[in-house]
This record gives sequence, C-alpha cells and structure tokens, in this order.
Amino acid sequence: MSKSIKVRGGIVLGCLLLSLISLAPTFFNGSLPSWWQKAFDPIHLGLDLQGGMHLVLGVDAEKAVESRLDAIVDQSEGLLREQDVIFKRVDRRNGQRLTVTVYDEQAGGQVDGLMAENFPDLEAMTLSAEGGYIEKNYRLSDKEVTRIKDYAVRQALETLRNRVDQFGVSEPTLQLQSGGRILIQLPGIKDPQRAIALLGKTARLEFMMVDEKADLQQAVQGNLPAGSKLLYERRVDPRSGAVSEIPLVVKDKTVMTGDLLSDAQVRIDPRFNDPYVAMDFNAVGAKRFDQITAANVGKRMAIVLDDTVYSAPVIRERISGGSAQVSGSFTEQEATDLAIVLRAGSLPAPVEILEDRTVGPSLGLDSIKRGVISVLIGSLLVLLAMGLYYNLFGVVANLALILNVVFVLAMLGMFKATLTLPGIGGIVLTIGMAVDANVLIFERIREELRLGKTARAALAAGYAKAFWTIIDANVTTLIAAVVLFQFGTGPVKGFAVTLSVGILASLFTAIFVSRLVFDFFLTRYDIKRLSI
Amino acid sequence: MELIKPNINLDFVGKRRMAVIFSAALILIGLVSLIVKGGPNYGIDFAGGSLVQVKFTEATTAKDIKAALQDLDLRGLTVQQFGDEANEFLLRAQESSSKLEGLSKTIGGALDAAYGVDQAEIRRAEMVGPQVGKDLRKKGLMAILYAMIGILIYVTWRFEFRFAVGAIVALVHDVIITLGAFSLSGKEIDLPIIAAFLAIIGYSLNDTIIVYDRIRENQGKHGKQGLEFIINRSINETLSRTLLTSGTTLLVVLALFIFGGGVIHNFAFALLIGVLIGTFSSVFVASPLLIFWQNYRTRAKAKA
Repeated sequence: MSKSIKVRGGIVLGCLLLSLISLAPTFFNGSLPSWWQKAFDPIHLGLDLQGGMHLVLGVDAEKAVESRLDAIVDQSEGLLREQDVIFKRVDRRNGQRLTVTVYDEQAGGQVDGLMAENFPDLEAMTLSAEGGYIEKNYRLSDKEVTRIKDYAVRQALETLRNRVDQFGVSEPTLQLQSGGRILIQLPGIKDPQRAIALLGKTARLEFMMVDEKADLQQAVQGNLPAGSKLLYERRVDPRSGAVSEIPLVVKDKTVMTGDLLSDAQVRIDPRFNDPYVAMDFNAVGAKRFDQITAANVGKRMAIVLDDTVYSAPVIRERISGGSAQVSGSFTEQEATDLAIVLRAGSLPAPVEILEDRTVGPSLGLDSIKRGVISVLIGSLLVLLAMGLYYNLFGVVANLALILNVVFVLAMLGMFKATLTLPGIGGIVLTIGMAVDANVLIFERIREELRLGKTARAALAAGYAKAFWTIIDANVTTLIAAVVLFQFGTGPVKGFAVTLSVGILASLFTAIFVSRLVFDFFLTRYDIKRLSI
Repeated sequence: MELIKPNINLDFVGKRRMAVIFSAALILIGLVSLIVKGGPNYGIDFAGGSLVQVKFTEATTAKDIKAALQDLDLRGLTVQQFGDEANEFLLRAQESSSKLEGLSKTIGGALDAAYGVDQAEIRRAEMVGPQVGKDLRKKGLMAILYAMIGILIYVTWRFEFRFAVGAIVALVHDVIITLGAFSLSGKEIDLPIIAAFLAIIGYSLNDTIIVYDRIRENQGKHGKQGLEFIINRSINETLSRTLLTSGTTLLVVLALFIFGGGVIHNFAFALLIGVLIGTFSSVFVASPLLIFWQNYRTRAKAKA
C-alpha cells in the first residue's frame, strides 16, 4: 500500500471516528460516561422540533423618553419653587415637549437660566405667548433622545433576562435585534400563556395617595378633580371566579415607585390562607416610606401596578421597618409571578408582542418522526438507484453518501448548530444532490473508458475533468445557502446550515473518500475492468 | 446499467421555439392566476395574522369548529383540515393582537366550551404582527435578489457574462413558475418557502452550470462547428447525468412530500416543482438563450 493511501485513509478514519464519538451523546444520551457527554453536546433541536416559544417583543422606547420628560417636569417644578420663581405651571405637551408657563419676561429669563444650568440635555425652543402668558418650550436633544431609547431597550433586555432566569427555563435565548426589538426563545416551555403574562408586564409599581374628597360618581363620568386620575381595582371572587372592577380616584403624583425595592417574596396569610407578596425596601426606600406613612396616617394609599390598583389599605401607623405588602385576590401562581416581576424590576418602557410562535411538544415529536422517516426512505431509494445504475461503483458512491450523512450530523453537533424541520428538509435535499458529484465523476469515467483508456487512466481522467465542474456547481449553491443564512430566522436558518454543511461534506466524501476507495483497490488488485 | 445511450443525439436546440412556447404558457398561466387572485397568497409570516393548529380527540368538521368559535367574532377566520385525518385543523385569522391574552387561549377556551375539556389540544400557535410581516417580506425579496447578484458575479467570473445572464434568466423562470404553481394550487407562501426558493435557485443553477461547463469545454474542441451544434452536443453529453441526478433528487423530495408531514408539505411541494422546472430550464432555457443572445448580436452588428 502506498504512503499516500495510508495518509488519506488515516484522515478519513480519523474524521469518521471523531464524528461517531461526537454523535454518541445525541443517540445514546444518558448511558455514556459524564465526561463524554460534557465534551460533546447532543445535536441542538430547534423550537419547531422540541417544542417551545419564540417571541419578538418591541420596546416602546418613545414611552421611555416621555417618562424621562415627566421626571424633568417634576424636578423642574421643585426647582422653580425652591428658587422662588413665579410660574403658572410646568407640563409635558405633544409627547416630547416640555412647557413652562410664566406670567412675565422677567420670570421667563429666570426659567431659561435655571433650566440651562440644571438640565443641559434640554434645548430651548421658540417661546409662544397665549392669553397674557409666556410659554417657554424645551425639548430633549436628539442625542439624548437616542441615548434614552438605546438605554431603554438594553435595560428592557436586562430586565427580561432576569425574569426569564427566575421563571426557570433551560437554555433560554435572549437577543437584541435591530429596531429596538428583543428576541426571546424559550425551549420546551409548558405554559406559554404564563410566560407571556410574565414577560409582557411592564411591572411599574407605584404608591399613590387616594383622593378621598373626590366624588366617585362624577369621576366615573369623566369629571375628575384637577391633579388626580381614575384607576380601577380588579377583584376576583375566589368562589365564583367573577371579576369585578372597582373605581378609585388617586392623586396624580406618585409618592413612591418600585425602583426602591430590594426584595419581594410570596407569603401566605395564615388567617385565610391567601397568598400575598411581601416587599422589602432598600435604605433610601425605607426612609422615604417612613416619611410618607408618617405624614399620611389615617389616609388610604393605593398600591398600583401598571395602572391597576392591587389594594388600597389605610395607613394605620407610621411604618419604619422598610417593608410593605401587596395583597389582593390572587392565586398562588399569580403571587409568585408578581414577586418575580417585582424582583426583576420594571421595564423602562412598555413592550408589545410583535411575533409569537409556540409549538407544543407533541407536534415537535411528530415532526421529528416524520422527518426521520422521510430521510430514511429517501436515502434508501437513492442507495438503490445508485447501486443499480453503477454496480460496484454505485456501492462506493453509497458508502460516500452514508459517510456524508454521518459527517453532516456530526458537524451540526460540533458547530452547535440548530436542527430544525426545514433543516431536516435540507438533509434530505443534500442526500439527493450529494450523489451528483459522484454521478458527474462516474459519467466522465464511462466516457473515458469508451475512448479506450485503461481502467486506471480512465479513473484519473474522470476525477480530474469532473473536479472543476463539481466545484463550480457547488459554489453557486453555496452562495444561495450563505445568503439564506444571513437572512434567515429560526427554521430557515436551520435549512441554510444543513444545506451548506451538506455541500461541504459531500465535496469531501464524493471526491476524496470515493477516490481513496478506488485507489486502494487499484493498487492492491490488478484490475482490468471497472464495474461501472 | 445505462439509460442513455452514449452516442445519443437528440435535437434539443432545434426544439427551442417549442420550449419557449411551453415556458411562456406556464409563466402566463401562473401570472394570470396571480393577477386574478390579487398577488401571491401570503401566509401569516408575510401578511401578519394568527394561526392555531388544533388536534381533537375525535373527528369533527370545519363547520362545527366555526360554529364553536362564532361568538369570538374573529376577523377573516378560516378553518382547514390538516393532514389526512379529520381530527386536526388549522385555524387562521387576520387578527394579530399584541394583547397579552393570546388568541390561542381564547380559542382554546371556546373549543373547551363546545367540545368539552381536554378534547381539543392546541399544538401550535403563531402570531405575526403586521410590521414583522412586512419586514420579513422585504427581507425575503432581498435575500433572493442578493443570491442572484452573487451568482451573477461568480458565473461571470468563472465563465462569461452572457452565461451568467442565461443562468439568471433560467432562475427567474423557475421561481416565477413555482410561484405560479403555488398560486394555482392555492398554497400559502411563508418563510420556509423562501428557503425552498433559494434551494431551487441553487439546484437549478447546479444543473445549468454543468451544461455550461460542457459547452465551454466543447467550444475548445469543436470551436468551428457553430454554437448550436456545440450546445446540442453538450446537452446530450450531460443528459445521462442530468437525468440521474434529477432522478435521485426527485426521489428524496418526493419522500419528503409524501412522508414529511403537514408542517413541511408546502416546502416539499415547492422543491418538487422547482426540481422539475429547474431540470427543464437548464436544458431548454439557459443554454438555448446563448443562441438567442448570439443571433441578436449578429443581427445588431449587421444593422450597424
């Protein structure tokens, strides 16, 4: 045996061995030593095969800009008061404009000076006069707006990651996409509705004082006293499950928000066995809560989450311990989820679901089964056709084909690629197309034999002449596959991966491996006639 | 075994006018269907909307399901049997609500009420918002465009520009006819179909390149015999390979079409049409186009 054949044989056997070792955890999971399973992950299945949830959430970053402006409105109001500037009001208008209304030019000048000094991110806009007032308008600089939006999206991603982690899903994926979108993949999730409720909640926790003087009847009809708003408390009757909504008027100004929480836990109220969420404040929060409760003993404070009142207890005494609780009529699971979102923090801006794909595990199993059946039947048919058409040469091509499938699967595992249903389609297509290289070579060999060449010369010429044809034909398919990979999401990407990997593997097996087999037999035996 | 005799010499090039009429007819039928139906029948991936796949423990009918869901007042609800047995259905609606309470839950509730608890299992629920649908549509078109540009560059580099044009015309031909077949059979175009289109492009090109390669080789050998002779000879010489590879590919795609299950059915259908048309186009479209190109050039020269 020549040295070249030994070296080439060694390469092929080495690749095969490595492939089999790396594939073992996929097929014999659980019965292998742990170091083996640690070294090689099983082939990763896409959500369409193993079941799970694929979500794309859009962060409404405009809202983050608005709430930043709202905060500036609050701060500047305090500031102007502190500096004894006489002003009528400060408010946010048309979404992203801040307007300070003053009575005269002098106050206007003072406002300009103070705003420029304290809020360098604000740009002064034109001033307008209306009904004897002067309105000074400001807006956030474009740079600041972009920064706030970017931050909101990144912050949202972080918060969602926290929530997913606490939700307990194995191998979740969270990714930032262009346009402020966040992709979330939760494989094997059992309760998709719960996941959506958990992830989609803004979870903005606010403490607001109840406006006891307001007339509820009037408020429901839309006549609200200035500086207050109407919210609803949602109550679920534990026996009948009936939902009722009770209106409540609260003062517009939030006295405290959930940012100052340090922890939230589910507890069970021993009296009625009702779950509630116990919250602990951080140092700043505890102090603030202490002040608020001290100043408002005997009044009602509403605990509001995302504009829904959870409860509105009367403050009986000053609370200095730095803890509070949210009770309401919830099930234990709702309480658990509430604690999770409170711990993970609120989203800086609301999110909306742009895309939601959920595949149940039973459909995934079905798809795998059917995919495997079509791969097996397709392969058998191709093997049969090649054997019939090319005799012994066909057998060699079939050997190359089987190796091809083994290599493709092994590469998927080693590159940590994801196998999806269209990916299985890609494997099927590869099987059909992989024999092409061998068909091209064999047809060439037949032509060369017809020209009267010896077995060995015909073989060499066949491989040499077909080589560039094969490369040209495969590179163009590869171009299509690479473009597909760039474009692709989820399942489609899986197809691009198996197709590209399949093309590469088929070049190796059809050209390199089959040639090796022929060379081996030609050097070993004195072959006059080729079985082709 | 040999299916094609080595000295075979069928007159493919001579039949090119018939081939053009055949292609034009297929394209025309497809286009008419597309126009009558108001454009391609986009699935929810591209049009936005919701899809719910439900499996019942016992057989039921689309009409009963619609009746059960009547109170939900879903916009554009369609119910379609999925697979061969009358216990699995695809429900589609134009609704793409971003509300937290998903459509699948509402539908699940309504079905539980009508059929009894645990009689209906929701196996798949998809919702695509209109914006995402629009984005995906644009991205899909761009992908096909980029693939074609990449191929144009590669084929121009390895062969000549006129070969690249022939290849691209063949590809567009294949994609349009497949699109027409989808429109005629009322099948929906969704994300995996874009993957199938790109696979068709790859496959058809594969076929075309192999004939081109032979043409290039024969131009060196029989340069004086004229383009028509060379092309016809090249097609004949590669005929055995063309039929065998198309045959094996068709076998596997057919296996996928028959045994692959409902989720991948349309994908396999696209590949099936694509492989057939792709094979046809490499023999009858891509290569004869080189002759049309040459005739056009000589006529243009004669005029000038």
